[in-house]
Amino acid sequence: MSGRMAREETRSAWLFLAPSLLLFMVFVLLPVLAAFGISFSSWDLFTAPHWAGLDNYRQLLFEDKLFHKVMRNTFFYVIWTVPVQMILAFFVALLLNRGVWGQNALRVIYFLPVVSSTVAVALIWSWIFNSNFGVLNALLSAVGVQDLPGWLNSSKYALPALIIVAIWQGLGYSMVLFLAGLQGIPREAYEAGEIDGAVGWKKHRFITLPLLSPTTFFVAIVSLIGSFQVFDLAFVMTQGGPANATNTIVYYVYQNAFQFYRMGYASAAAMILFAIILAFTLVQYRLQHRWVHYD
Amino acid sequence: MSGRRSRNPTLNWVIFGVLLLGALSMSAPFIWMISSSLKAPTEIFKYPPALLPAEAQWQNYTRIFSLIPFGRLMLNSLFVSLAVTALQLLVCSMAAYAFARLHFRGRELLFLLYLSALMIPSQVTLIPNFILVRQLGWIDTYAALILPFAFSSFGTFLLRQAFLTIPRELEEAARIDGASYAQVFWRIMLPLARPALGALGIFTFIAQWNNFLWPLITTTRPEMQTLTVGLAGLRGQYNTDWALLMTGSVLAILPIFVVFAVGNKSFIQGITAGGFGGR
Repeated sequence: MSGRMAREETRSAWLFLAPSLLLFMVFVLLPVLAAFGISFSSWDLFTAPHWAGLDNYRQLLFEDKLFHKVMRNTFFYVIWTVPVQMILAFFVALLLNRGVWGQNALRVIYFLPVVSSTVAVALIWSWIFNSNFGVLNALLSAVGVQDLPGWLNSSKYALPALIIVAIWQGLGYSMVLFLAGLQGIPREAYEAGEIDGAVGWKKHRFITLPLLSPTTFFVAIVSLIGSFQVFDLAFVMTQGGPANATNTIVYYVYQNAFQFYRMGYASAAAMILFAIILAFTLVQYRLQHRWVHYD
Repeated sequence: MSGRRSRNPTLNWVIFGVLLLGALSMSAPFIWMISSSLKAPTEIFKYPPALLPAEAQWQNYTRIFSLIPFGRLMLNSLFVSLAVTALQLLVCSMAAYAFARLHFRGRELLFLLYLSALMIPSQVTLIPNFILVRQLGWIDTYAALILPFAFSSFGTFLLRQAFLTIPRELEEAARIDGASYAQVFWRIMLPLARPALGALGIFTFIAQWNNFLWPLITTTRPEMQTLTVGLAGLRGQYNTDWALLMTGSVLAILPIFVVFAVGNKSFIQGITAGGFGGR
């Protein structure tokens, strides 16, 4: 290639990149650096920021009892949501992969909650969970449950209620990934297994599960990362309450930044969330070669 | 492999029954939402609740447009989602073309930088972006609602993968015939990558339509808010009008169901090809 042509190619390349580069710098790269900087400051947005050093982090990690509760809430939410959702999604995918009647319609139905706005979904479920007039308690009482849970008004049941909604809403997403994984398992693997006597549940125990493990791992990491960022549900259904029972990391970031105007403190909390997500992403990245196939 | 149907008909019926039961619990909240949206205020608080409204109150669907600027909220959501989708398709496909086909110094490094942005949760950039938008005087403007989403690492990555599968010979022939890079991009790359563009488009539209936290903090005037923000705002009131809330939820979800029903195949392909959700 001649020098002139190479120069033309380089110039064209930068022209094609220009819009994305500009947007990337302004709305991603600089804000990330700024967030890091702001997290070391004390800033109410109206007066000049003060340098606070590691104060925000020290306070969050070692002193702020509420933040510790927020962390426990978030981990509790993640630890219940992710495995339960994955197990249910795995079984649904397994059954849907057998070629049952109406499977395409069924797939769409399972996926509808995924594409629905979380705000709308949260409103529907708030009504279902309503402790006085909600349909859920009416059903529970019809089957003879005596102590009806107060759901969103109760500091004991509010977080489990959110978890139920999250499992319901995200199940279809994990299911689709599992289905894709199942379809990648070669038929020969099952045929070879049958010769060795792998039938019924054994077939899944010794063939499906091991061959699906890359997908399983991937689904786990993606759902973990997504679950740590729960906000819309907590905002609409409970406003973080009652008594901070459903206050989660992102909700706490929101509260501190946009209700209390503690920009530095909120940024530090966001950076802690970032560190958690980064850790999971790095694990995923390190193990990527085990499941990503480029062809 | 598509699983083989079991030869045992009883087992097939059991499986179908289980799946149907599951599908019922997935759709029951939606059915309940639609039924409640057609109830009269007095009937909403009947206990135990009835599955069907005694008499369908269709006027709930007109009432919501007169009580709050609901039409405006819908138009805002529609405009913002369409604008973000169009911009993102253009901006990301241009970048993806450069990364997939053009040679320049620093290409690998820059691509790595774009990719690493996938790891950054949106909450990290939330506060600086809010401050920036506020400094620019963009609170309550479409610019604030649209521009921060006009680029995505995910979209660039997805489209680059699609461009890489297009045979090189096609462009080389065009180049020899004197076509510029812009012409190759517009006439060859974009048309051949239509499935990927479609998947990303549906993906982006749905994500934007459902976006909540960013419009929540960057809009204050009701006429600049999006549907999700307006809907959530209805909730805070002391005497919650549940029939109205359910009506609003139906109207917020319905357009997405239509988009999803039309593009369901390519949307799912986008998820499984890109492998990750989010933005």
